[in-house]
Amino acid sequence: MKNRVVITGLGVVAPNGVGIDAFSEAIKKGDSGITFHQQLADLKFSCCIGGIPKISEEQKLNYLTPLQLRGFNSSGILYGCMAGIDAWKDAGFTVDPNSELDFDSGTVFGSGTSGVEKFREAIYKLDEGDVKRLGSTVVVQTMASGISAFLGGILGLGNQVTTNSSACTTGTEAILMGYERIKSGQAKRMLVGSCSDDGPYIWGGFDAMRVMTYKHNNSPEQGSRPMSATASGFVPGSGSGALVLESLESALNRNAAIYAEVLGGHINSGGQREGGTMTAPNSDAVQRCIIQAVSNSNISTNDIDAINGHLTATSKDSLEIENWTKALNRKGENFPYINSLKSMVGHCLAASGSIESVATVLQLKEQFIFPNINCEDLHDEISEMISEEKIVKEVLHTELNIAAKASFGFGDVNACVIFKRYI
Amino acid sequence: MTKEELIAKLKTIVQPYIQDEQAFENLSEDTDFINDLKINSANLVDVILDVEDEFDIRIENDDMEKMTSVKAAMDIVNEKLAEK
Repeated sequence: MKNRVVITGLGVVAPNGVGIDAFSEAIKKGDSGITFHQQLADLKFSCCIGGIPKISEEQKLNYLTPLQLRGFNSSGILYGCMAGIDAWKDAGFTVDPNSELDFDSGTVFGSGTSGVEKFREAIYKLDEGDVKRLGSTVVVQTMASGISAFLGGILGLGNQVTTNSSACTTGTEAILMGYERIKSGQAKRMLVGSCSDDGPYIWGGFDAMRVMTYKHNNSPEQGSRPMSATASGFVPGSGSGALVLESLESALNRNAAIYAEVLGGHINSGGQREGGTMTAPNSDAVQRCIIQAVSNSNISTNDIDAINGHLTATSKDSLEIENWTKALNRKGENFPYINSLKSMVGHCLAASGSIESVATVLQLKEQFIFPNINCEDLHDEISEMISEEKIVKEVLHTELNIAAKASFGFGDVNACVIFKRYI
Repeated sequence: MTKEELIAKLKTIVQPYIQDEQAFENLSEDTDFINDLKINSANLVDVILDVEDEFDIRIENDDMEKMTSVKAAMDIVNEKLAEK
């Protein structure tokens, strides 16, 4: 007996909105969260713009204790804790340090690296011969599973508590890992999501690869241009998205509000073969991932109303569209609506899949398609494949039943999840 | 520095780490960091770092192991201050 899996809670910390209400409003309006950062300029970055959520010191204390915040220097863990705790409360659960241990609830909360600023701080001290003075929290802030360890303790989770990591696929993969665990009856509830640090030490490697845009340091809000003819590389972002997945039975038993259903999905790899490399996707594997996700969800490719793409604003956007047209066998007017949240928040790396999934689920719940900004000059290769009407530039209120979200990452890894409106 | 002054300084140092308010309010020479104040054992190293900073001293591993109560901390701080 396979459980149906629904979404009963959402949380988000995004560059253009912190908290579900602010984020939902921002994505409908097409608000950009991309700003200029003097620190990047001082460090001689080519790309000096990025997306960093705005969080006050006061806000932090709503999520972490003064003790947890002592010597705390891990933006990703902060974002993950905020989104995760918000999602948990949104699902109707309380957060209490003395709560009873819940063996039916767990978390798969991904990250790319953890606490890169804390790691830097520790390395400086260590190299000065001061290893004894690192303090007690370097390990928990810099271990890859730092975020799931923090959340597991804050929420008192007694099922699986782990962190997955698969580059820019991480967030979408986490959703599918939690989904599988509930579907197979091993857990009733899984908090799933991902987070990513901000700042130069996480973004520097990408700047060195020249994959981030250097043309918009004076026009940050126009910098992230997925599907545009003038796309010139991605804009780095950061933050976290979180979803509470729950068996339909558990959700109905406790009369929880349901955002949407996770119908299924698929995760695979192109093996860095047949055109796939460490940094470029094997198109056959991408298409197969989408096709398998559709079949695993027991729907037909024609049932998909909207796609939330990976679409980073690099030269690979046209190839991604081509892969969708081939996998779905739909093109032109018959192609679903497609959008890229990255136009507003940049590429939030390990957090991208979860933040973008939160946006996709909000679309289904509230019946809208959020606008793509910065693609007024749609790339010719894209307009040759799909109708421009499918790439909305203003919010569109329309009936949506099924949406697909895909993420692709370094290492030639892919994940595609299918969400359905729940009524 | 008087005994009372030293206890007051130590009290300020341990405050962020304590998990038993009542034991903290009644803090005396006999108070144990872990058993009474319920300080997480991992945080003892942070208490020691803060003591080092406050008194500008360095506490070695052997002394560190002993430093589990207010009394032990006072002895070690006094000893290190005398060596200065």
